[in-house]
Amino acid sequence: MLVLPKKREFNFFIFIILIIFIISLRTPSFLDLNNFMDILNDTAILTMVAIGQLMIIVTGGIDLSVDASLALTGMSVALLNQHYPEIPLFIIILISITIGLLLGSINGLLVSQAKIPPVITTLGTMSIYRGLVFVICKGTWVSAHEMTEAFREFPRRSFLGISNLIFIAILIIVLFLIFLSLTKTGREIYGIGGNKTAAQYVGINLNKINYLAYTLCGGITGLAGFLWVARYAAAQSETAIGFNFQTIAACVVGGVSITGGSGTVIGVVLGAFFIGIVYNALTMINVSPFWQMAIQGFIILFAIIINTIMDKRNQQLLLRKRSFNE
Amino acid sequence: MNNCILEMKGIRKYFYGVKALEGVDFKIKTGEVHALIGENGAGKSTLVKILAGVYQPNAGTLIFNHKSVQFLSPQISQQAGISAIHQEATMFPELSVTENIFIGHHIRNKSNGLLSWKEMKDKTQALLNKLELDIHPDTKVKNLSVAQRHMVEIAKALSLNAKIVIMDEPTSALTIKEVEYLYKIIRKLKSENKAVIFISHKFEEIFEIADYFTVLRDGKYIGEGKMADVTMDEIIQMVIGRNLEHRYPQIEAEQGNTILKVKNLTRIGFFKDISFELHQGEILGFFGLVGAGRTEVMQTIFGIEALTSGEVFINGKKVNIANPAEAMNYGLAYIPEDRQLQGTILKMNIKENVTLSIINKISRHFFLDKEKELKITEQYGKQIEIKASSWQQLVENLSGGNQQKVVLAKWIATKPRILIMDEPTKGIDVATKATVHNIISELAKQGIAIILVSSELPEILGMSNNIIVMHEGAITTKFTRDKANSENIIKAAIGSILS
Amino acid sequence: MNKPKALVNKRNIFDLEKIRKINLLNILLKWEIILLFIFIAIIIVNSNLSPYFLDYNNLMNTTFNFIEKAIIALPMMLVIICGDIDISAASILALSSVFMGMASRAGVGTFGLIAVGLFAGLAAGFLNGFIITKFGIPSIAVTLGSMSLFRGIAYVILGDKAFTKYPKSFAYFGQGYIGNTMIPFELVLFVVLAIIFGIVLHKTTLGRKVFAIGNNSTAANFSGVAVNKIRLIIFTVIGFCSGLASILLTSRIGSTRPNIADGWELEIITTVVLGGVVITGGQGNIFGVIISVFIIGFLKFGMGLINIPGKVMNIALGFLLIIAIMLPELLKRIKPKNNI
Repeated sequence: MLVLPKKREFNFFIFIILIIFIISLRTPSFLDLNNFMDILNDTAILTMVAIGQLMIIVTGGIDLSVDASLALTGMSVALLNQHYPEIPLFIIILISITIGLLLGSINGLLVSQAKIPPVITTLGTMSIYRGLVFVICKGTWVSAHEMTEAFREFPRRSFLGISNLIFIAILIIVLFLIFLSLTKTGREIYGIGGNKTAAQYVGINLNKINYLAYTLCGGITGLAGFLWVARYAAAQSETAIGFNFQTIAACVVGGVSITGGSGTVIGVVLGAFFIGIVYNALTMINVSPFWQMAIQGFIILFAIIINTIMDKRNQQLLLRKRSFNE
Repeated sequence: MNNCILEMKGIRKYFYGVKALEGVDFKIKTGEVHALIGENGAGKSTLVKILAGVYQPNAGTLIFNHKSVQFLSPQISQQAGISAIHQEATMFPELSVTENIFIGHHIRNKSNGLLSWKEMKDKTQALLNKLELDIHPDTKVKNLSVAQRHMVEIAKALSLNAKIVIMDEPTSALTIKEVEYLYKIIRKLKSENKAVIFISHKFEEIFEIADYFTVLRDGKYIGEGKMADVTMDEIIQMVIGRNLEHRYPQIEAEQGNTILKVKNLTRIGFFKDISFELHQGEILGFFGLVGAGRTEVMQTIFGIEALTSGEVFINGKKVNIANPAEAMNYGLAYIPEDRQLQGTILKMNIKENVTLSIINKISRHFFLDKEKELKITEQYGKQIEIKASSWQQLVENLSGGNQQKVVLAKWIATKPRILIMDEPTKGIDVATKATVHNIISELAKQGIAIILVSSELPEILGMSNNIIVMHEGAITTKFTRDKANSENIIKAAIGSILS
Repeated sequence: MNKPKALVNKRNIFDLEKIRKINLLNILLKWEIILLFIFIAIIIVNSNLSPYFLDYNNLMNTTFNFIEKAIIALPMMLVIICGDIDISAASILALSSVFMGMASRAGVGTFGLIAVGLFAGLAAGFLNGFIITKFGIPSIAVTLGSMSLFRGIAYVILGDKAFTKYPKSFAYFGQGYIGNTMIPFELVLFVVLAIIFGIVLHKTTLGRKVFAIGNNSTAANFSGVAVNKIRLIIFTVIGFCSGLASILLTSRIGSTRPNIADGWELEIITTVVLGGVVITGGQGNIFGVIISVFIIGFLKFGMGLINIPGKVMNIALGFLLIIAIMLPELLKRIKPKNNI
């Protein structure tokens, strides 16, 4: 039996197929395999970090600092690569994840121990981390020729036609699908978002889970930081500015409830993919990049409003059904 | 064979200076169904929450299975073999029935350590079948009705294979069929040598199902014994401490014109075709089990929720009330069920609370008139006998009874013509209860029309001129005072309609 | 004078009330007293950093740098006490500025520009409030979206260009002084607004209702308070004030770019929270916010004196925000539990 949430993701999937179809009618090159690969590559990083954001929104919080963490981690490893090119790549990747975990755990501590509301915590750490990017690079760039070839080429290198970047994204998707639906800790994340008191009654440690969610999100973001600066072959203090909103948009469009307690990895993947398609299509029809922010904002508002209306309608329908059964 | 599995001795519990339990003793044996009896606010839930690990006692000992224990958290209590169904829903609305039942003790796949949803779903289905519930295990709990949620809670408690099962007011939201199932389940648990602690303030049910009883009153242990050795009257005496007859003030029989008329009021999913009339000076009692829909009806009349169809007439004129402010303009006042969440603003002081509903009237061109504020608070505060060290005191620091008085003062200050009171004496000490009842009677004498929603049979019988009984969103019967008695009211409340 | 016994007794009760009031006031004012000390400390440090700091004219001119944010902090205080939040305020400022730029290019004169700026802010604020109240969506979510939308529209209209043609008289609002004094017009405007907001918050029925809603919107609703109407008004007001701030800022820098006031949300919210307004709503005080405005304003000025770059100043602000919120929690844990 198809229960409502799964139905929503399925409907969304059909909706996306429809959109792709409509766009390809106007611009046949949209369906090109190369273009499709471009979309996947462009969306890979967004998908990963959006999954991190998903965990946090499900607990009832929000992480506005992901773009700053990403930039800080990216800049750190870029600088490392620039000054110590002999460091092997997998160490660089490990370092990026570690820095990410650290930055995320600071958020986690502030939210769980100091009990500071997530909006404020991450607003604060966003500024601190972003400022630190500036400090460590002293206002300069790390550009392509200052990075080693291994570093730059990593996301692009492909195996069986699929880039490393996409592989990593798929890995993260699978890992967190398993974590969030098939492990006790993963389900506890949904528990505290759904009903804090009930969660305590069943022995869920609120502090531990909150801390974990932010730290894990940090870890993913750290990895994404490396991938970002490698892919765009540049690291600067403005890297990824505004990216935090894209991750939130991907979540909201993917059906994650902003009040917490519900939302799925598949939904977020579809949401990120949808945003990727929209951007790609807009670029194809020559819409200037200056439209991105406005469209993003519109998408967020639209998705939230539609979700809210649909939820209310569902509730009404259920009430109607119940009263007819009596 | 029979074996004392739990003994609680000398339990004391304080909350912010309020004594919830003062030296309470409690014992239960395996295979025993033990009723914990007392009025609202007697301390039953508190005692049981201590057992369930939700609260820690300030003093006293717990001996479980002949060992001295401390249940520092709900999980520890659960692991020891105690399963509790609390009054408040402790469910996760966004999660499925399966997940709600198994959260905290998931079943894992033995080979890879991951959660085994198939196994959990099958077990859930089996459990639901055993309880003869027509619910799909994947349904999100938020999509279940109140009664269904309660049954899922019961299923959850059963899934834990506990030694002691605690049920805190389990029948309050159930239909008559479901209550029968519950009794069947309890009897089965008994035959499996489990101990069942059954909390209720409804004397009628207890005689049906319990072997033993313990009575609490105002946080104190009053007595215990075998159900077979005692009569209903004796238990009632222990519970309320004095004779039923003397509790209620004289209710006048004279009533004036019809001031409120409700015709075919319907709100889909909550109540259907509610029609009644209310007269000046009348006290109209609304009785029913929790979930019967009375609060929903009142909140719809008061404009907090919208109606689907139906009409409301005030003084003969049809009205469309869209929000509480409009309701107030028509002379309506509503004292809500939950005084902490809906009735008062805990972090504001008494003056601010009492004047909140009439705030526009105590201002001069939008400016607050602090003198008038004080005057009004003093006037009504003294009339209702609010006991506080000063009017600046924050409402959160008052006792439950005084908090309720603040709510009362606030609404009486609006000089209403129709006063709707939703469980006004719930969780209040006996002395304050008497004060509130006297006030209600005084107001009725002044010609104010009163609707009294209550789940307490003695209160309804003692205070009302007329009684309307609701069940599952509909009115089953209307009684006049002389025709009403506990038996026929209960029957109407659990669904059998009398002509 | 002869005091009859009855009066003496009455006075005793009164004194008891007064003593309790003074105790309460002491506790209330503690936060503001701490802020005052911090403010004085900053003044001392700044005057050590630069001998010209304590010059009257210089002090006055320093306020130019933060008064526009301060003007938005006042309605933000109302929003947060009411239990909501608005992170789109700076974006509304940008949008309003862009509309003024378009109007100016079309030849609209100063008074027309003011009307455009104020109306744009008001309309944007109203839109926020409408979506929030009509659909029942948390304000954080809505303003998260509108934050991108409003500034995004500014980018769509301007791209990487700027509006630089504004009428000469328009420059007065952001750059002018009152008559022959050295008191900036902006500063006076802020003082007037601060008085208005202070009175509204603490002395009017609207203010009382705002506190009620922020503490418990359910109980407020049940008590007949028009919760959604008031929230709608408040979001419209902050939009309006953002438009007002936009006029001042645009007039001061004489041009409009789509990234105008970028990142101001952090500073404005920090100012309000530092001022003792509890982020979850229901508590707060105008004096704290006013002192906080000057603390942050002069703190940043001091940092500028020692050439700390803007991005690094943001680090300090981020820390300040977090500490400002942690402090009440920590104080609560240290103070012994009072049982009244």
